[in-house]
Amino acid sequence: MSYRAIEGETISFRGHDGFQSEAYFSRPLKAGRVPGVVVIHHMPGWDEWTTEVVRKFAHHGYAAMAPNLFVRFGPGEPDDVAARARPAGGAYDAEVMGDVAACIAHLRVLPDANGKIGVIGFCSGGRHTFLAACTVPGIDAAVDCWGGRVIVDDPKDFSPQRAVAPIVHIAKLACPLLGIFGNDDKNPNPDQVNRTEQELKRHGKTFEFHRYDGAGHSFFDHGRPAYRPEQCADAWQKVFAFFGKHLAASSQSAAA
Amino acid sequence: MCSYIVEKAALTGSAKGRGWMKIDTAHVYYDHPFHAPLDHALGIDFINAANGGRERVAIEISADSARELVRAILSALESGEQEHAAAAAAQTACAAEASVG
Repeated sequence: MSYRAIEGETISFRGHDGFQSEAYFSRPLKAGRVPGVVVIHHMPGWDEWTTEVVRKFAHHGYAAMAPNLFVRFGPGEPDDVAARARPAGGAYDAEVMGDVAACIAHLRVLPDANGKIGVIGFCSGGRHTFLAACTVPGIDAAVDCWGGRVIVDDPKDFSPQRAVAPIVHIAKLACPLLGIFGNDDKNPNPDQVNRTEQELKRHGKTFEFHRYDGAGHSFFDHGRPAYRPEQCADAWQKVFAFFGKHLAASSQSAAA
Repeated sequence: MCSYIVEKAALTGSAKGRGWMKIDTAHVYYDHPFHAPLDHALGIDFINAANGGRERVAIEISADSARELVRAILSALESGEQEHAAAAAAQTACAAEASVG
């Protein structure tokens, strides 16, 4: 089911610790009760592609919301704000988790909400998604798209902002997880994806991992050479099938 | 990949974006670009950190372009400094001749 009539706008919300934050929001018009999806952007920031993803979810019948994770670095164009965030080390995990929790609360009380919430993130946002699925209450399904450093092999990858590898929280994963990965990716590399999968199995979690040959990092991004149209199209189908299964009004969370 | 690895260089000079501004720092990194249609790019943000660093003049270029830029910078410096050193020497010699004459 697709919805051509959608609305899209930047909205204000209170994020982590009550910080006055902002998010790009879109929802279908006249779709009845719909699930909510939090979209977590990648390190280059709250960019145009992220807003395209939010509108894509609205087109497919979801109320979607992408918080600006770099809002604490001040106002400006998203690229300029990301340029300030980078040398500062980016957003703290606690801030991101707080912002995601606030988005969930916002989506859950929308008049047309069906009560189900999904989270999806890309690249560093994939890592944030994994962490949220393990530590933030109220998530019914999560999609990690090539999130690097879920498993941390090099201690230099730890920082005050990212002091813990999300994999250590795996026992607390409380919703089904979909993983989308390219086999040519170096972060996460195939071995790290395999080890994450082994841990999910060991803990008896509900998950699906899909690995794509001929694809590397960010293969959804149609503005870069990394774009792989066939793999991208197939993976989006997997995403919507997964959310369709777990975020329908009648579905039950498959918490392990 | 998304990384937060940034090399910083202290600078003395100015840069022009929307207008001229004093700069004192360059942030140099190699990661996903924002605008250039590349998977990874060498990015440089020229900023005035002493003034808060909110404005920047930015470039995003390919790795090969970055190496070519480094070569061109070093070459320009070398030939320019040689030229100016020769000119300065000639000026000094001229001034000495004038004082003798």
